[in-house]
Amino acid sequence: MRRLTFRLGLVLLGLAFAVALTTLVWTPWPVEDMSGGRLAGPSWAHWAGTDRLGRDSLSQVMIGARIALMVGLGATLVGGLIGTVAGVLAGFAQRGLDDALAAALDILIAFPTLLLAMLVVAASETASLGTAILAIGLAMSAIIARLVRVVSKRVLAQDYVTAARCCGAGWLRIVLTHVLPNIAPTLLVALALQFGLAVIAEASLSYLGLGAPPPNASWGQLLQQAQATVYTAPLGVLVPGGALVLLVLAINFVADGLRDLLDDSAEVRE
Amino acid sequence: MTLLQVQGLSVQARGRALVEDVDLTLAPGERLGLVGESGSGKSLTALAVLGLLPPGLTASGRVLLDGRPVIGQPDRALVPLRGAVAAMVFQDPRMALDPLMRLGDQLAVPLRRRAAREGRSMSRQDLRAAQVAALERVAIAEPARILDAWPHQVSGGQRQRVAIAMALACGPRLLIADEPTTALDVSTQAEVMALLDRLVRDEGLALLFISHDLPVVAGIADRVTVMARGRVVEEGPTAQVFHAPAQPYTQGLIAAARRLDAALGPGE
Ligand SMILES: Nc1ncnc2c1ncn2[C@@H]1O[C@H](COP(=O)(O)OP(=O)(O)O)[C@@H](O)[C@H]1O
Ligand SMILES: [Mg+2]
Repeated sequence: MRRLTFRLGLVLLGLAFAVALTTLVWTPWPVEDMSGGRLAGPSWAHWAGTDRLGRDSLSQVMIGARIALMVGLGATLVGGLIGTVAGVLAGFAQRGLDDALAAALDILIAFPTLLLAMLVVAASETASLGTAILAIGLAMSAIIARLVRVVSKRVLAQDYVTAARCCGAGWLRIVLTHVLPNIAPTLLVALALQFGLAVIAEASLSYLGLGAPPPNASWGQLLQQAQATVYTAPLGVLVPGGALVLLVLAINFVADGLRDLLDDSAEVRE
Repeated sequence: MTLLQVQGLSVQARGRALVEDVDLTLAPGERLGLVGESGSGKSLTALAVLGLLPPGLTASGRVLLDGRPVIGQPDRALVPLRGAVAAMVFQDPRMALDPLMRLGDQLAVPLRRRAAREGRSMSRQDLRAAQVAALERVAIAEPARILDAWPHQVSGGQRQRVAIAMALACGPRLLIADEPTTALDVSTQAEVMALLDRLVRDEGLALLFISHDLPVVAGIADRVTVMARGRVVEEGPTAQVFHAPAQPYTQGLIAAARRLDAALGPGE
């Protein structure tokens, strides 16, 4: 069963990436093309119908996949890098600095991603893909840092680290040869789960107008635009909404599969 | 000059003294046994000597390693002493090796560091030869296979031999062995003890041998220091402490070991 969902997740995720890359060179209709008629239902020309400006819905949802993956991956990269560095530093730090870092993380985690996004947007004066990546990444970095701090402390307490230090290994050597490899499985699974949450966060931000500006058809924006006509043209909500759910589900399947895989290989080493 | 001098060493955790006022000295080539029940502060004493106490514990007093102070020094001042002056072997060989590194790669780290310290350049072949030599020195039969193996693929005795090889690869003049045989089965214990005895003699190392088992210490140490509840309760030449213990605590340790021997029966 687990193996099955892992594979399904990989296939769906692969599909999403393929669609996202395709939109860089081709979409069924150009996004600005408004010749489709207002809120048309599905047809051969427009498989998923059109929006209230007569634009092709399928083309927009495909571009939305690109934005979701870009922001999701970008934020995971930002959050993973900042979080790992901060977490490892806190793991090594002496009492005082460690306490200060832990308190800073708790404060950062208490800020809702939404509020952080508003602050980032306010600071940079425009909402863009970049501000969305930064805001979601910053919020994520605190969560990752807290995890990394705990797991790296656990590694640092191991005899093999003391043994390495006994032989004169410096802290950078310890980080590179012992800490990072040993926290990698836990970190990888956490990042995969955070990737899924980042995709949801991106949709929420753009729903509220804090994401990428039009004509970047983010799924959150599509949902927001289709909301007014949800009774007369439900497809406008169902298609981007379904795409969002499927992508997040695929990511979670992959994250869980990854966890099982890594657990199994850890068991072999016991 | 003494290699290790410990004077009035105390280790504290949040105001509670775990080790109190411990004195030890070790000259080059000398073998000192540190005995005491589990929890008597032996391991903390050894870790304090290298400036490697776990976070939250603080040491006070005086520790001179090869004449240089340890306590109160920043880590960067201690890194050059570790390995070069003293190296350590731990109790549990399952924990003392990184599960995610091949044994050969782990062994390569101290070998390379020692070469760099001594200003030797080390080619790939040099390293391989040094790795094989290091394993042969600890009487590992198939060095090539062990070098490519992961820690979980070899036995506890072999892991402890690799850990000893790693400690020696640092090129120390003092070897600290913290209950190196406690986690091993009885026949492997005897082999590892014989190996340590021979290595320390061949390399002319000083040895700080830690155990809760007085007869085991008597077999390898010239002098013995007995610890109880964080304090030194007795010290002297091994034969004297073993045959004419002055303290009831030491007499108890010996009696307990005798009872265990008797229970195991003759021929153990
Ligand atoms: N990190 C630590 N924090 C607090 N107490 C500790 C810590 N490590 C050891 N102790 C305590 O210090 C005492 C001595 O420990 P240790 O030196 O490991 O004993 P031994 O090696 O003689 O068995 C024990 O009572 C132990 O519980
Ligand atoms: Mg101990």
